[in-house]
Amino acid sequence: MTNTGFNTVELGGPAESAELEKLNIGDVIYINGMIYTGREGVYRKILDEDNSPPVDLSTISNINFHCSPAASIESDGSFTVGAVTATASFRFSKWMERWFSLTNCKVVVGKGGMPQSDYQQYFVPNGAVYLTTVGYGTGALLGRGIKKVQQVYWLKELGIAQAIWVMEVEKFGPFLVESDLRGNSLFEQSKREIDQNIEGLYAGLKQPALRRYGETTHRTDEVI
Amino acid sequence: MITETVIQEAAGEITRRAAIRIPEDYRSGIRDIRSSEQGQLSCFVLDTMMDNWDAAVADQRPMCADTGLPRYYVKFGNEASIQGGFVALERALRRATADATAKIPLRPNRVHPLTREDHNNNVGARAPEIEYSVEPDADWLDITTVHKGGLFGTDYRMLFPGDGWDGIKKMFLDTMIQFGRRGLACQPAIVGVGIGGSKDTCMVLGKQAACLRVVGDRHPDSEIAELEDELKELGNQIGMGPMGFVGSSMVVDCHIEVAHTHTGGMPVSIHSFCLSSRRAVVRIFADGSSEYRTDPNWFTPYHRREEVE
Repeated sequence: MTNTGFNTVELGGPAESAELEKLNIGDVIYINGMIYTGREGVYRKILDEDNSPPVDLSTISNINFHCSPAASIESDGSFTVGAVTATASFRFSKWMERWFSLTNCKVVVGKGGMPQSDYQQYFVPNGAVYLTTVGYGTGALLGRGIKKVQQVYWLKELGIAQAIWVMEVEKFGPFLVESDLRGNSLFEQSKREIDQNIEGLYAGLKQPALRRYGETTHRTDEVI
Repeated sequence: MITETVIQEAAGEITRRAAIRIPEDYRSGIRDIRSSEQGQLSCFVLDTMMDNWDAAVADQRPMCADTGLPRYYVKFGNEASIQGGFVALERALRRATADATAKIPLRPNRVHPLTREDHNNNVGARAPEIEYSVEPDADWLDITTVHKGGLFGTDYRMLFPGDGWDGIKKMFLDTMIQFGRRGLACQPAIVGVGIGGSKDTCMVLGKQAACLRVVGDRHPDSEIAELEDELKELGNQIGMGPMGFVGSSMVVDCHIEVAHTHTGGMPVSIHSFCLSSRRAVVRIFADGSSEYRTDPNWFTPYHRREEVE
C-alpha cells in the first residue's frame, strides 16, 4: 500500500454501517470481501425495462462498482481478469435513488463522483458513501486486488463490459472517499478553491466573434 | 517482401506493449511535473499512477482497464511491398486486435453505437481505425498503435482569423477547465492542438498531435514551438492537478500541428491524451525483421511539407 500521510482505512465487503460512519472525505480506502459491478447496461435493464435482477444483489454485497473489467473467458469457462478501471459515474446518478432502495447498496465506487446535490438528495438519506478511484486508471493495481471472479451475470445479454461481475477482492484499492455519510464532497472542496483563480486566467482575453450556445445568455439569443 | 504473418505478429506485440508499458518519455514527463507539484492530493494521485505503471509491468497486465479505442497509424515507405497488398495488411491488423483482446486480455470496448452490441473483440464497423501516411526513399513499414480513451477531454471550435491567439488561448482554458474538473480528462496529459484544415482534418490533426508526438518534442517552426510552450505553461497555471484537485499538473506537454485552411476561418481542435497514454511502434523492414520503439515519428518533414514538388 502507498504510504500517503492520509488516513488509510480497510473496508469490508459488504460494508458495515459502523465502518461507514467513521469515513471522512479524503480518506484512502482498501476493500476486502465481495463487490459487484453494475453500470448503465444493468441499470437500464433492471430499472428502466423492469427486468428482475438475476440474483438478489443484497445477499452478495452492498458495494456497487461502476466498472467493466478487462477480462476474458477461458475455454474451461473460467475468467481471467487483467485490469480493472472505473467509468465516470455522473451519468448514472439518475438511477441511484431507485438502485439504493432495490439493492440496499451503501457504497458506490466509480470515477469522478456525482454532483454534491445528488449526494445530499440520494446518498445521505440512504446511508451511502461514494468512493472514487485514483488517477484515473490504476487498472493494474486494482487488477491485483481481484482474488476471484465468483460469478458473471448477463454476460450474453450485456457483453463483457456491461455484465454484472461478482468478485472477491483483497486489499482492493486505493480509493478516496469522495462523499461521506454527511454528503461532503472532496471534488467540490477542490473546486471551490480552484474557482477563485479561474476568472483571473481569462482577464484580457477577448470573446471570439462567433459565440457558443453556452456563451450566450439565453436560448433565444443568436450566437453571432 | 513483408508478409501478412509478420505484420499480424508485430501488431499483436505493439498492442501488448502499448497496453502494459508506459512510454518512457511520458513517465519522465510525469516525474518532472511531480517534482514541482505542491498539492497534497495531486501528489498522492501522481505517486499512485507511477506505482500502477510498475505493477502493470511486474504483473504483465494492462495499466488501465479502459482499452479506449485501439487503433493503428501506418506509415508506408514508398518502396515497401506487402505480400497480399493493403487488403492483407488490414486483415492482419484486424486479426491482431481480436487476438490481443482475448490474450492480454483487453476490455472489449467497441460496441455498435445504437444497438450497443459488443463483438467482444474490439473489432467492428470501421474498428480498429487505420490511418495511413507515406515516407519517400524507404522500404520499411511503421505501425503505431494508440489506445486512447474517448469520452472526455476533446473539443472543436470554428474560430475566425480576427479571434487570433486570444481565441485559441480562451478555448484552451475552456477545454482544460471543463474536462479537468473531477479529472474527467485523466490529466495531466499530453495535449494536442490542431489548427486549420477543414473541420474533419482539424480534428484528425489535433488528435495525432496528442498521440503521435513524444514529451519534449517541439515543432520545427520556432513560432509554433513558442506557442506550444506558452499553452503548456498556461494549462499548468490554472491551479488544477490530477482528478481536478488543487495543484499545478495539467499539461505534461503541448503539441500543435497546423494545416492550411479556409481564408475566412481558423478551426481549432484540442485533445488530451491521458495518464495511461498508451502508444507503441514497430518498424518492419523489407527482410521481415522488426524493431520496436515508442516514438511514432509520424510528423516527418515530408509529412509537414508545404511546397509544390
